[in-house]
Amino acid sequence: MTRTIEPAPGDEYEMLYSRLQQIVEQLESGDLPLAQALALYEEGVATAEACQRLLDHAALRVRTLMDGGDRSPAVTETDA
Amino acid sequence: MQLLTVSQLNVYLRDLLDADDLLRDVWVAGEISSFSRHFSGHCYFTLKEGEAQIGAVMWKSTASRLATLPVNGEAVLAHGRVAFYEVRGQVQLYVDMLRPAGMGLLQAQFERLKERLAAEGLFDPSRKRPLPLLPHRIGIVTSPTGAALQDMLNILRRRYPLAEVIFAPCRVQGAGAADTIIDALYALYEIGVDVIIVARGGGAAEDLWTFNDEQVARAVFASPVPVVSGVGHETDTTIIDFVADVRAPTPSAAAELVSPDIAELTDDIAQMRNRLGAAMTQRLANARETVARLKLHLDLRSPESRIRRDRQRIDEFIRRATTTVERRITLARARLDGERGRLEALSPLATLERGYAVVQSSQGTLITDASQVAPDESIEIVVRRGHFRARVEPQSPADSTANDWKKQIQT
Repeated sequence: MTRTIEPAPGDEYEMLYSRLQQIVEQLESGDLPLAQALALYEEGVATAEACQRLLDHAALRVRTLMDGGDRSPAVTETDA
Repeated sequence: MQLLTVSQLNVYLRDLLDADDLLRDVWVAGEISSFSRHFSGHCYFTLKEGEAQIGAVMWKSTASRLATLPVNGEAVLAHGRVAFYEVRGQVQLYVDMLRPAGMGLLQAQFERLKERLAAEGLFDPSRKRPLPLLPHRIGIVTSPTGAALQDMLNILRRRYPLAEVIFAPCRVQGAGAADTIIDALYALYEIGVDVIIVARGGGAAEDLWTFNDEQVARAVFASPVPVVSGVGHETDTTIIDFVADVRAPTPSAAAELVSPDIAELTDDIAQMRNRLGAAMTQRLANARETVARLKLHLDLRSPESRIRRDRQRIDEFIRRATTTVERRITLARARLDGERGRLEALSPLATLERGYAVVQSSQGTLITDASQVAPDESIEIVVRRGHFRARVEPQSPADSTANDWKKQIQT
């Protein structure tokens, strides 16, 4: 019986995706020193790959709350 | 105490009834009797319940909307207003809606609850929240045994497998079902999800009734996160459809509404990659351009070009100085030539040229007086070209003084 839930894959995806957006916008603003731009570009490519990897390997996770008689949520994992 | 005419009394009674809010908008449950349909199309009947009865009128416009006309003895729900009919001195129900009781009763309850909750603001469009773009956790409240759950999970698996589904099972019909829905909802509120789907597959209207429960509606209203309702089929409408932030026509539609499509996400990433590449290419092009521009600036400001310019200026100075000096030299030479001419004119050499000679003693003294010499003395004679020695002859009587000589010349 656990009450805390570890981060969902979506948390990681959203974090990576918003970082990717940030990098692209920063790079498009165009006034960065070249070395910094190159570093950002590399990070951007790696982040995009990480995003895609998450999508490619995602498998829907389903947890079922068991009726414990009261309203406290008990969680069991079930196969989707 | 007042004396009234009949018409004055009736007008007073009419106004009294008209002023009453309840009587203007009321549902009355009763049984039809003495039903008659006038040739004009208007219907007249009596509503009875036990010993009580009231006259009722249903205008042609209302009667024509009914699928079937009521028959005597039928239990109905009549909606309308109660007013005083002065001509007959009777209180009458003017019916504008007529439903068979049973289902009609439930429907009437539904309408009443809907109005009440609407007045309370539970359906207020301004409090509808937008759905999250990327829901990390999706709460689902539905029956564990229905097809609706599997339909929704299939759609989420296909469209957005990044999600985590927190499934809160409940019973969707029968006695006590409303409480299980409320418990499921609150369990999800407590655990924390990004969006909640409350769903039930299609069924008879009575089967969907749990979703018209006032307490269920209030539990949905209390949700801290957006709620999507997907109850029954497209045509079914329940109270929670009005309370939910978004109403989906079916459970599957609800699952589609809450989930982004993974194909679109993949496109998004590809687009981000393209923008990344384009921005970097642009940045490099800018850098190249900057270098070219700086190089040009550098060339213009290099010491070499400065030296080239200075050298040119020096050459110019030298040229001008040379010209000036040369002119001066020419001038000086011309003047010198003039002076030399004059000098030559004054020189004794010019006199010698004309045949005169200069006589000097052997010591070099210029002899200008005959007394300066003695006989046999050696003297030096200088002529135009060269000089020679001579000897003075002994004095003869012909010798005279210089003055005599002058005299001689003059004669």
